[in-house]
Amino acid sequence: MSVANLSTQVRKASSSAFVVDIHGEINAQAEQALMEAYNQATKAQARSIILNFSDLSYMNSSGIGLLVTLLIRANRQKQRLLAYGLNEHYRQIFELTRLNEAIAILDGESEALAAV
Amino acid sequence: MTTEAKGPSQRDVESTWAKPVDKLKVSDAGAGINLNVDGRQLSSPLRGFGQMWQKTYRIRLEGVNIDPQDLIKAWKENFPKFWPEGYRFYGRVGGMQPGDVALLNLAGPGGVKGPGSMPLISTGVMVIYADEESFSFMTPEGHMFAGMITFSAFQESGTVAQIQALFRANDPLYEISFRLGFGHKSEDAFWHQTLQNLAAYFGASGSVTQKNILVDSHVQWSQAGNLWQNAAIRTGLYLAMAPARWLKGIFKREAA
Repeated sequence: MSVANLSTQVRKASSSAFVVDIHGEINAQAEQALMEAYNQATKAQARSIILNFSDLSYMNSSGIGLLVTLLIRANRQKQRLLAYGLNEHYRQIFELTRLNEAIAILDGESEALAAV
Repeated sequence: MTTEAKGPSQRDVESTWAKPVDKLKVSDAGAGINLNVDGRQLSSPLRGFGQMWQKTYRIRLEGVNIDPQDLIKAWKENFPKFWPEGYRFYGRVGGMQPGDVALLNLAGPGGVKGPGSMPLISTGVMVIYADEESFSFMTPEGHMFAGMITFSAFQESGTVAQIQALFRANDPLYEISFRLGFGHKSEDAFWHQTLQNLAAYFGASGSVTQKNILVDSHVQWSQAGNLWQNAAIRTGLYLAMAPARWLKGIFKREAA
């Protein structure tokens, strides 16, 4: 299989919200990096996880599948999943795949933190 | 806290993804029965009723040397050919483009058909994604499952073809069929045969492996109303009304 091209950074943005900065591609190979970032935030008692897609270079359909499974894991932990930094194309893809019905999409980090 | 993985690639988002659609519209149904596609919405794994499963079926193409991109190209161009007997796919001839809507006329478990070889389930899919390494479908309301299915190929000690489905049973009736096992059995047999047919097309041998992950063991009662759009029930009613349609046609012709 091809090699993953994703790096993530997890940072605390408020007492209960963590931002996961995404750099690169979300595809099938991104599973490990994305889930490790989620686990880091969860271990740090995150109640809300905000995905920052500002530096997303590409996402294929396997990447959407990964986000669906991430959403299910977050729901099980009673965590809220939010997103910002999506360009118009990716907003459309979230709409196409109905992810926008389950992940709150905001314009920027301050809006996302205000929505937590 | 940083996690990294490196690699290449930059593709064009606009050409690989379909645009969002409010309602589906089949442009060319061919000989397919279009009962449960036109006017329906797409149904993602988030909108289904049953437990969420991720199923991965793989076959390693033994004895041939084929590039994964060539395999995907051939798979797109000949997609209906690889389906098991009794199952029909009515889509664009010679390929797949994001946004294409195809009809599926499906036999029941074991290839059982209705009177006059009619399909037992008429449903469809939309191609939501296609690039040179993979392509994906999403199902409409009423389909057996609410979900996505991705077809891909890659090198891993040889060329591997993969089908990965992420889905929930769309409504309580379909969920019962999965809980009782015959829903899963029928689904698994279908994709195993498809992969074997694909391998045979390339003159390859190989056995299919399967990995199931129960992503969410809970059902979504809020989606129980999906039952009203159940494609199997609606197709059954359509078949049951066939004599009435036939008689109506005769009287119309006589009146004319």
